[in-house]
Amino acid sequence: MTELSAHLPQFQHGQLTENFPDNHLSNTNDNSERRRHDNSERRRNDNPGSETNGQPQNNIQQVVEDEEEDEELTLKYGAKHVIMLFVPVTLCMVVVVATIKSVSFYTRKDGQLIYTPFTEETETIGQRALNSILNAAIMISVIIVMTILLVVLYKYRCYKVIHGWLIISSLLLLFFFSFIYLGEVFKTYNVAMDYITVALMIWNFGVVGMICIHWKGPLRLQQAYLIMISALMALVFIKYLPEWTAWLILAVISVYDLVAVLCPKGPLRMLVETAQERNETLFPALIYSSTMVWLVNMAEEDPEAQRKASKNSTYDKQANQTQNGDAEPDDGGFSQEWQQQRDNRIGPIESTPESRAAVQALPSNSQTSEDPEERGVKLGLGDFIFYSVLVGKASATASGDWNTTLACFVAILIGLCLTLLLLAIFKKALPALPISITFGLVFYFATDNLVQPFMDQLAFHQFYI
Amino acid sequence: MTLAVFFGCTFIAFGPALSLFLFTIARDPLRIIILIAGAFFWLVSLLLSSLIWFIAVKASDPRDEALQRGLLIFGVMFSVLLQEAFRFLYYKLLRKAIEGLVALSEDGCSPISIQQMAYVAGVGFGLMSGAFSMINLLADALGPGTVGIHGDSQLYFLTSAFMTMVLIFLHTFWGILFFHGCENRRWWEIAAVVLMHLAVSGSTFWNPLYVGSLVPSYLLMAAAAVWAYLLSGGSAQNLRRFLLCSQSGASPQLAS
Repeated sequence: MTELSAHLPQFQHGQLTENFPDNHLSNTNDNSERRRHDNSERRRNDNPGSETNGQPQNNIQQVVEDEEEDEELTLKYGAKHVIMLFVPVTLCMVVVVATIKSVSFYTRKDGQLIYTPFTEETETIGQRALNSILNAAIMISVIIVMTILLVVLYKYRCYKVIHGWLIISSLLLLFFFSFIYLGEVFKTYNVAMDYITVALMIWNFGVVGMICIHWKGPLRLQQAYLIMISALMALVFIKYLPEWTAWLILAVISVYDLVAVLCPKGPLRMLVETAQERNETLFPALIYSSTMVWLVNMAEEDPEAQRKASKNSTYDKQANQTQNGDAEPDDGGFSQEWQQQRDNRIGPIESTPESRAAVQALPSNSQTSEDPEERGVKLGLGDFIFYSVLVGKASATASGDWNTTLACFVAILIGLCLTLLLLAIFKKALPALPISITFGLVFYFATDNLVQPFMDQLAFHQFYI
Repeated sequence: MTLAVFFGCTFIAFGPALSLFLFTIARDPLRIIILIAGAFFWLVSLLLSSLIWFIAVKASDPRDEALQRGLLIFGVMFSVLLQEAFRFLYYKLLRKAIEGLVALSEDGCSPISIQQMAYVAGVGFGLMSGAFSMINLLADALGPGTVGIHGDSQLYFLTSAFMTMVLIFLHTFWGILFFHGCENRRWWEIAAVVLMHLAVSGSTFWNPLYVGSLVPSYLLMAAAAVWAYLLSGGSAQNLRRFLLCSQSGASPQLAS
């Protein structure tokens, strides 16, 4: 599933590559799950996806009214959340395009990844097409295999293995890839630098990054780090994927995303459902989150609550944390976020069948203490990466140059907007890649081949349309 | 060339639009979305018109200069008409969106009015149009070279920047006029916008005789500005009050 398979590093030719593609799970399940949790609280149900509470659904009227209220609320902060995603996506793309335009390292052909063994420097076009199809097929099968592996690991609760992967992959990104990036930037601008300073810089950058991403830190810093590692990953893809392969992979991955998230037997959907059954959020380590979760109610007298409150206070700074399986061994599979939200709404009650029944008996208007404006949106880092790959490739290889880049940029933003709109309407996990990547690809090829000659001629004669 | 030309032309072309964006659009998420969607609609119209032009060119003799120029002129006119058609489509979409926003709002009125949407849509169209005209030029301006070394006009960059600026303004005003015409069923306003657009694009056929293109465009822009101001509820008294108020330090009320 998207975020999970993201962290599989592969050693190869002394260069580390990672399989991030699956990070593109949409707008998260977390967001929609959270919304569902909120809706469910108002509907006096614990979890709409599980059948463990056994409380019959009464008050259909109330449910319908609440749904309309939810829709209105969703749309109301829909615009704000769209912008909260526009900004980081734009920043990531700006970083990637700026790097591509200035640092020539990332546009130089220096070999290919092990996942794309067939070369594109062939004699005939047919051979090249065949090679790129094979490359894309290999890449996609690797992704599928790793997704399934991750779903299996998740199903059998091998959280330690998954956490290990996450940590290793972020280590590699934050230290090794950023070291290479820094080196290339210095080479481009002819800056003389000694190893000791570089070591100090990379060490600080990496350690602060690890702390921010996996533990706690200021929200903006964490967001900045996530954007940076997405940009680094996108640059690696832009460098090492040959042209036709890159476009094919982008197209196939959107289809895969669509299938994997929406089909009943898709790995991502199975993952979402497993997470729902266990009432836990999916792995948040590689999801970009736009707000923190505010703690509103904290009870002190209950020792249980005290323990939970102390855990919950670590969430004041960020909503994006991995499940620290070893930190709270008896959280019963509930992630801290969920517990915190629950504590916000109904006070610190440990979730037992009796307590759940008691919760459902509570009046529904005791839940609105959480400010709906503070609910954030989340987007998988894989989405960032593939958006940036598309725009970066457009700026690297297009003949229309900036026009094509701009067109792809606008297309991707509009796709993201439409995806969020669909999310607001359907309120379930949606893939964030298909619409944006489709628009992006259409506009790339159309602008590069149709608009570019037209604008060229217009500029030559200085006509204005 | 060089950095001075780059920055100068950038700020001439995009300075006013950027300040409009920063002061009136950047704060409100809904307006940013409308802006980007407007840019997207303009882009789609450009795509379709380029497709038509491309087909026409491929079907014709590439060596015939006069024919190619004629086809380009045809392409420009067709593109103008298509842009206005997409402006109408965008108006339709925004109308539906307003109904949706009204239905979903607490107090029965939309958080944004159709006039504000018209303005933002105009800025969106203008920014995208200006960006597509100007960005490649700016990128080239950054590099080495001499303007007009082969006998062309030396004012190429400067006039392009001024033309871009006037087009961005014009699109903004046309947005307001067009939407007002659609709202109040005044077809002659819509026709006026289309004719103005055709006139401005047509005047660029005089380039490099810049007096034939820039002067009429700026005059048309002034006319459109006054007209849009009057349609948005402005008047001579409002203007005077605004100027006097700002002199006395009190902040003026924004119209609509």
